[in-house]
Amino acid sequence: MLNHSLQQQGDALRAKKISSVELTQLYLDRIATHNPVLNAFVTVESAKSLAQAKAADAQLAAGSAQALTGIPIAQKDIFCAQGWRTTCGSKMLDNFISPYDAHVITQFNNAGAVNLGKTNMDEFAMGSSNETSYFGPVRNPWDIKAVPGGSSGGAAAAVAARLCAAATGTDTGGSIRQPAALCGVTGIKPTYGTVSRYGMIAFASSLDQAGPMARSAEDCALMLNVMTGHDPRDSTSLVRDKEDYTRELNKPLAGLRIGLPREFFAEGLSQDVGQCVQAAVAEYQKLGATVVEISLPNAKLAVPVYYVLAPAEASSNLSRFDGVRYGYRAPDYTDLTDMYEKTRAQGFGEEVKRRIMIGTYVLSHGYYDAYYLQAQKIRRLIAQDFTEAFKKCDVIMGPTSPSTAFNLGEKGDDPVQMYLSDIYTIAVNLAGLPGMSIPCGTGANAMPVGLQIIGDYFKEAQMLNVAHQYQLATDWHSRAPQGL
Amino acid sequence: MSLTTQDVQKIARLARLAMNDTEIEAARAQLSGIFELIEQMQAVDTTGIEPMSHAQDLSQQLREDVVTASNDREAFQAIAPQVEGGLYLVPQVIE
Repeated sequence: MLNHSLQQQGDALRAKKISSVELTQLYLDRIATHNPVLNAFVTVESAKSLAQAKAADAQLAAGSAQALTGIPIAQKDIFCAQGWRTTCGSKMLDNFISPYDAHVITQFNNAGAVNLGKTNMDEFAMGSSNETSYFGPVRNPWDIKAVPGGSSGGAAAAVAARLCAAATGTDTGGSIRQPAALCGVTGIKPTYGTVSRYGMIAFASSLDQAGPMARSAEDCALMLNVMTGHDPRDSTSLVRDKEDYTRELNKPLAGLRIGLPREFFAEGLSQDVGQCVQAAVAEYQKLGATVVEISLPNAKLAVPVYYVLAPAEASSNLSRFDGVRYGYRAPDYTDLTDMYEKTRAQGFGEEVKRRIMIGTYVLSHGYYDAYYLQAQKIRRLIAQDFTEAFKKCDVIMGPTSPSTAFNLGEKGDDPVQMYLSDIYTIAVNLAGLPGMSIPCGTGANAMPVGLQIIGDYFKEAQMLNVAHQYQLATDWHSRAPQGL
Repeated sequence: MSLTTQDVQKIARLARLAMNDTEIEAARAQLSGIFELIEQMQAVDTTGIEPMSHAQDLSQQLREDVVTASNDREAFQAIAPQVEGGLYLVPQVIE
């Protein structure tokens, strides 16, 4: 059952070969065994999960089951779930029991899925290694000395270790794709505006987008079918017809034009990652695709632009954490300002404070034009590069991350080195395009390598088709870490 | 770009983050490194380029001006640090 696809798990449930309660218990037992080492889950509430499973079994018995009814799904701890502790990886929200459901949680509840628990993450989704979590780092199931990537590191590790069949993630600068790459799983960040941000704790609102992480493109398509759709409670949620993201999975790839940006294969890319990506491209040529070289001349500016815009938005979004309405409040203070300052100093971790300070500075009087406005202008240049590129190709491919998983503590003291691990993913968020990562080999120390696939706006179904056809021809996505 | 101690103290005050001298100094060094990275933007000529604030250049969606939210005061105040009589309590601000 652990290596079954979501379709197979659903079929087994509907055929009464296994009950949702049994399936949920199977995963809860695995979490109990492996989570003390991996630290992929922050909160597990067996009673809540099993109650949902029981309700799902009733639906299954009544014959009213949908595609994901009864299947346990791990939720990133950035999604508010009513009655569940929702921490966003922060001391600030250590005691926060959400009084309401995020739209994504509502969608899964309506689909009959079981909430298996809340996964660990970098604090407020700010990090690329999961080391900024207040609840301790997640360990990579392929090598527990290595990081799982971030910020959706708990989700990626949980999927890789078969502690769940599928999980949700969020991606502001690569937080679905980079951990998916480092843990050898499949993840997709859809076009900005496709999944409602309601109840998803905000980091950088013009970039944040939720998406699924699973073991295959086929599973991600089923997850997207549940997660997407217009929600009037998010003013940036797009009004579009409901799509079936599985509809193109089985199309042959003959004639597909793959664009390879020369900037993604230049200095800074590890040799082992580059070789795996080139081998994947060669496999695509065997499947009938053609390759064209493209250029994204402004992509090199994505990291500096991101580290102006994302902190600026974060400094505004995180001003709500003031110790008044919810979350942490400092125990001792002299007056209101002192309460704010101590609450925030004690409640936020180092990386979050650093980004709030960057954002505060770039938005402050006298610096706004030079930093914030300039970054917004270059953001447009970066987006225009993609528009030009998509005149010559259907999808863009390249590495997801410049290297395989690095070791815990390896980049701890140098924020700039950590920021550069998202060098290939950030431009996609700035443009608002869909991007995904699929396993395409192993590099140094047999650690997984991710192939990034970038599509034009709203081309998720085509990207999932491109990924699925590769996964039919290869088996990188179905490999599992040893000892689990 | 190099930030001064006074710059960092001012940022911390604006951001409502209590920081001691050691923390200010550590932040100064790290923020200076990050701003060196950010300075790469200054070499780009962006004359005539419109700022992009959103992935799709859409206008704001509007809805009917009708009451949609329910009164969930008790649920919301159950998780507040300090409440009394339906009000959030903070240190006294008016003498």
